[in-house]
Amino acid sequence: MHAESEVRIPLITGGKTNHDVTEDICSRVEQKPTKLWMVAMAISLALLSVGLYAVYLLLWNGVGMWGLNKTVGWAWDITNFVWWVGIGHAGTLISAILLLFRQRWRMSINRAAEAMTIFAVICAALFPILHTGRPWLAFYWMFPLPNTFGSLWVNFNSPLLWDVFAISTYFSVSLVFWYIGLIPDFASIRDRATNKVSKSIYGALSFGWVGGAKTWSHYETVALVLAGLATPLVLSVHTIVSFDFATSVIPGWHTTIFPPYFVAGAIFSGFAMVLTLLLVTRKVYKLEDYITIQHIEMMNIIIIVTGSIVGVAYITEFFIAWYSGVEAEQYAFINRATGPYWWAYASMMTCNVISPQLFWSKKIRTNLAATFVISIIVNIGMWFERFVIIVTSLHRDFLPSSWAMFYPTMVDIGVYVFSFGLFFTAFFLFAKFFPVINMAEVKSILKATGQKK
Amino acid sequence: MSVGTKYVLGVYEDEDVLMDAIKEVRGSGVKIEEVYSPFPVHGIEDALGYKRSWLSVAAFMFGITGTALALTMQIGMMGVDWPMIIGGKDFVPLPAFIPVTFEMTVLLAAFGMVGTFFGISNLKPWGKPRIYDIRITDDKHVMAIDLDKNEKKEAEIKKVLEGSGASEVNNKTFE
Repeated sequence: MHAESEVRIPLITGGKTNHDVTEDICSRVEQKPTKLWMVAMAISLALLSVGLYAVYLLLWNGVGMWGLNKTVGWAWDITNFVWWVGIGHAGTLISAILLLFRQRWRMSINRAAEAMTIFAVICAALFPILHTGRPWLAFYWMFPLPNTFGSLWVNFNSPLLWDVFAISTYFSVSLVFWYIGLIPDFASIRDRATNKVSKSIYGALSFGWVGGAKTWSHYETVALVLAGLATPLVLSVHTIVSFDFATSVIPGWHTTIFPPYFVAGAIFSGFAMVLTLLLVTRKVYKLEDYITIQHIEMMNIIIIVTGSIVGVAYITEFFIAWYSGVEAEQYAFINRATGPYWWAYASMMTCNVISPQLFWSKKIRTNLAATFVISIIVNIGMWFERFVIIVTSLHRDFLPSSWAMFYPTMVDIGVYVFSFGLFFTAFFLFAKFFPVINMAEVKSILKATGQKK
Repeated sequence: MSVGTKYVLGVYEDEDVLMDAIKEVRGSGVKIEEVYSPFPVHGIEDALGYKRSWLSVAAFMFGITGTALALTMQIGMMGVDWPMIIGGKDFVPLPAFIPVTFEMTVLLAAFGMVGTFFGISNLKPWGKPRIYDIRITDDKHVMAIDLDKNEKKEAEIKKVLEGSGASEVNNKTFE
């Protein structure tokens, strides 16, 4: 059996028994929604409906409703796309990579983080789909069908097509991974259900799970292999997203460090979003014994590491631009920092490079309020990072007569708001009707790493 | 009610007690039908004498199917059916095919393996689970023993279970 030294800080506090875990998590699902949840849901639905109007305007009138122009042909849409995909990466990192490294602290946060991944990827996919202008036809354009059923096929040389494959694989594999984890917990809810409706719904969701040793043995293999598949998958997804830029010839995009730099940035922003969401969930659902200060500190340490990688990448880009001796490249970077978009560059540098460094202090990284604020700052910074890369590289065209600026319209803002509405509506529904903590996994570590009574 | 399959159930509170009990019960010659737990217990498959799960092999097979399918698709579409010069590249630029090939490999491996897992474990949304004890999904480990498959008498089996540290010994009949 597994032996663990007594001096180790317990991962689950409060002297919980297996039954306490079931009780704590299932009772949230069974209770009537709280007032606070209703308010949160109402706000999300309000965002969703306001945003839906913007989506309607966009679809009815066309992509011209966005503030794009001939020079800046990509702006908020792709910024939001990359931002949301990046956020999704933390969920897979927590559930897959930390599983391979046998990091047990992942177990009380993986469920919510994976849910976040799935909703974030849906929000991300929204933008390229809307950018097609006629999403109902997008299926013919994106999938390997003969073009409009003629003889031309999709172009497999294009990183945009690789993105279609990467994002849809990432979404569906993450969904399956998440669902596999949910099955035993749905069975717990099913066996506690008192009314017929929830018994049959959770009964169907639990796929008739009973928890035999043979099934568990297969189940653990499935989880391990899925983790092994999801790990290179998650790295490939942001790598391919970065190829959207890196394979072009635009100065400022044409950079070989993009793949690792984007992956680090993705994990950085993803962990920040996990913290934002979990700090709220922990408070509202009183999960302090499951998501302890130690968990938060661990995530903050990952934020320092990835934030520093991102910082080094920013500096490396600058250095390489100078070292390359290519004037256009040098101009792109100097313009980025000192040109008309200097404020976006400065926000990015402050939020992403300076603010996470505060976590070197143990006092700050174990402080909930500070963590919450910094987690939001990091995500603002990561949005600006994508905006800086995309817009500042485009707005100074090769031809100075074409130089332009980008001004977002209300529809740009509205569609972004729509993605927030969608994300939070989905997350709150998840938090109410699904078990927010992986009960089976937490129970399996309770004896070894739980606090002794 | 017709004569159904009669089970004797030993209920255990703790996974370590359970592990010792499995050895003891098997050692005394009682055949265990299956052990049900609320969470995966380490080493239980060895104690019960189960073979290692072969699902990783299934995943590999589905994975290479995905690789082959993706390469066939891309080479077939761009190299055979309608070759076009794009950016002066070859008709079959293999490096450009790697991302899609990789994604299809992962996609098929994951879905194939999970589908196989659902199939062999008889997991389906309309499945009617055989619930031996409602507390299995909460905090109890239950050892199910099929009376028809054992030569020992019911009373004898119950004695073995009680002696192995079971907190309760119950009966359950399924039609």
